[in-house]
Amino acid sequence: MGIVTPGFFGKHREADPKLPPGQYETKDFPVLSAGPTPNIHQGEWQFSITNESGDVKRWNWDEFMKLPIETVDTDIHCVTRWSKFGTTWRGVSLDTLFAEVDTEYGFTMAHSYGGYTTNVPLEDLLHGKAWVAFEFGGEPLDPEHGGPARLLVPHLYFWKSAKWVTGLTMHETDELGFWEVNGYNAYGDPWKEQRYYYDS
Amino acid sequence: MLKVPGWKGALAGQHIDIRLTAPDGYQAARSYSLSSAAEAELAAVSVELMPDGEVSPYLVRGVSVGDQLEVIGPLGGWFVWRPTQLEPIRLIGGGSGIAPLVSILRTHIQSGNSAPVHLLYSVRTPDYVYFHDELMELTAKAGADVTIQYTRQAPAGWTGTVGRLDAARVTTWAATTEPTSSTYICGPTQFVELASDALVAAGADPATVRTERFGGK
Repeated sequence: MGIVTPGFFGKHREADPKLPPGQYETKDFPVLSAGPTPNIHQGEWQFSITNESGDVKRWNWDEFMKLPIETVDTDIHCVTRWSKFGTTWRGVSLDTLFAEVDTEYGFTMAHSYGGYTTNVPLEDLLHGKAWVAFEFGGEPLDPEHGGPARLLVPHLYFWKSAKWVTGLTMHETDELGFWEVNGYNAYGDPWKEQRYYYDS
Repeated sequence: MLKVPGWKGALAGQHIDIRLTAPDGYQAARSYSLSSAAEAELAAVSVELMPDGEVSPYLVRGVSVGDQLEVIGPLGGWFVWRPTQLEPIRLIGGGSGIAPLVSILRTHIQSGNSAPVHLLYSVRTPDYVYFHDELMELTAKAGADVTIQYTRQAPAGWTGTVGRLDAARVTTWAATTEPTSSTYICGPTQFVELASDALVAAGADPATVRTERFGGK
């Protein structure tokens, strides 16, 4: 417990078990991005996974839409302390995508249009925990929120759910992505409050 | 202004988290941009009152001089300007988004950096101009070229236009600045989207445009 703040009693007193420590619920959908929003059309969008041999498995939009599509209902948690409950997405499971990829490496780097990167261990992308999502709330994903498609890894802080995602590369060790070299945590578990690089 | 023992100063553009703790241990924290980076043991933030908020009403109305708050930071390594950067600087601020830009201006002056600075500041009315006198003094010292866009009401005798900062105004302004600039844009989400889209449409390299957004869409 921190320093008690005189006269502060707080507003959102009801302890919601869905809320990780240090978070508050918002009904809004805040936008946080490091730079301008890239304008990527479905026709030019593609997604690829590159393994340690340099083999590239690639999908364009039409190919992607023919893959099994899942509906995901999940809570999301942003490191800037907002959480949003009951969001609904549609996308393709990373299990489906990795079924076609041969790799021994345990770490991935997600790459986005515009140059954004974020590192995620492979285990955190498999077993029904992550998707490449292209719909939010029944609508095509807005560019501000990562459209045409973004990574969705809801069990980690939301900066790991790379907007405008275009690919994953496989890595032997856990290298750091964009926010991870800029002061944020390498892993980012909201339930352990792993916000900043020094949180464990 | 917060006195933070052991505070070594921050980089221009960084923010802090302020965490409040109730007697029973309940906590709430929010992020605030620093408007001053360099001073040892002092951190300056500007808090805009969110009427339905949990932390800002307390910080605006409930805090007295001498009260203790918990500060986490300085934070963020991207929306940052370093005195070793020699390229021209474009700053675009919307409302309270001016705070980290003020920090950049202060650091620019203190470091003796001679890069040209252009500031475009969108604000509702003259009453909403943050740190008005200080801002004018700072921009004068920094040799900054300042453009204020009043969106609702301008001061008496104002000869410029009044109205929203639209893409055409951003483009016109950008044309008066160096294409090689690094750009820092801070403000509400829609404002930042509009300003950054207009800059990129006008030819700015997206990799040179750093943004800090607040609020939802």
